Amino acid sequence: MAFKTDYARVHGLGSAHEGVGHWWQQRLSSIALLPLTFLFLFPFARALGQGHEAVLALYGNWWHALVAVVFLIVGFNHLMSGLQVVIEDYVPTKPARTTLLVLNTIMNWALGAAGVFAVAKIAFSA
Amino acid sequence: MADVNRGNRPLSPFMIGPYYRPQITSVLSIMHRITGVALLLAAILVVWWLAAAAISPQAFARADWVLTSWIGTLVLVGSLWALWFHTLNGIRHLMWDMGRGMEMNAVHSTGWAAVAGSVVMTVITLFFV
Repeated sequence: MAFKTDYARVHGLGSAHEGVGHWWQQRLSSIALLPLTFLFLFPFARALGQGHEAVLALYGNWWHALVAVVFLIVGFNHLMSGLQVVIEDYVPTKPARTTLLVLNTIMNWALGAAGVFAVAKIAFSA
Repeated sequence: MADVNRGNRPLSPFMIGPYYRPQITSVLSIMHRITGVALLLAAILVVWWLAAAAISPQAFARADWVLTSWIGTLVLVGSLWALWFHTLNGIRHLMWDMGRGMEMNAVHSTGWAAVAGSVVMTVITLFFV
């Protein structure tokens, strides 16, 4: 710190010490989710309530499986970064905040991985 | 110390209601967060349903029974509206990030459009898809 100018010390860094990376990543994932939401939601809504065979047939199709996998990856990425901001805003004490942030990361990766694995298993056994 | 009242005044957002009239701007901003967080529940249900479909017909029958039960339907229809509201209101946020639609009349009209649009898209998804 002593041998750096004030500007060099703060360049590219906000109060979160990581610059605008998180903000930018939220924006990019939200733009990607605009078409992905339509592409995932409508076939999903049609299959829901139509039974097991209908779900296997839907995600046995390579296009719908691919859309679902990309939607799950980008969606859980977006959910994780959104929940992270909420935790940072409303949990003031450091130990509780750090614990929740770690749990948030684990939860979203676990859910995303489980969803991607499920769709891939259906697609590859079709 | 100029700020002698620190800690003894209504803090945001708890001044909305008793001290400060709710406005479409603040209410939709809060709803954007609430719908975003609430969609976690739908995400868990959908992943459970997908995983169950991949595991066995018995596992799928259990998950599908919960999702298509009356309470599951209530949660999923609520989530569907939350998804559309969060999506449409998210477009407003992206517009503001590009410096567009920041005038008060634009903020109000796009806000009501997001509310109306979310209901319309929910109905379309439920009955026409």
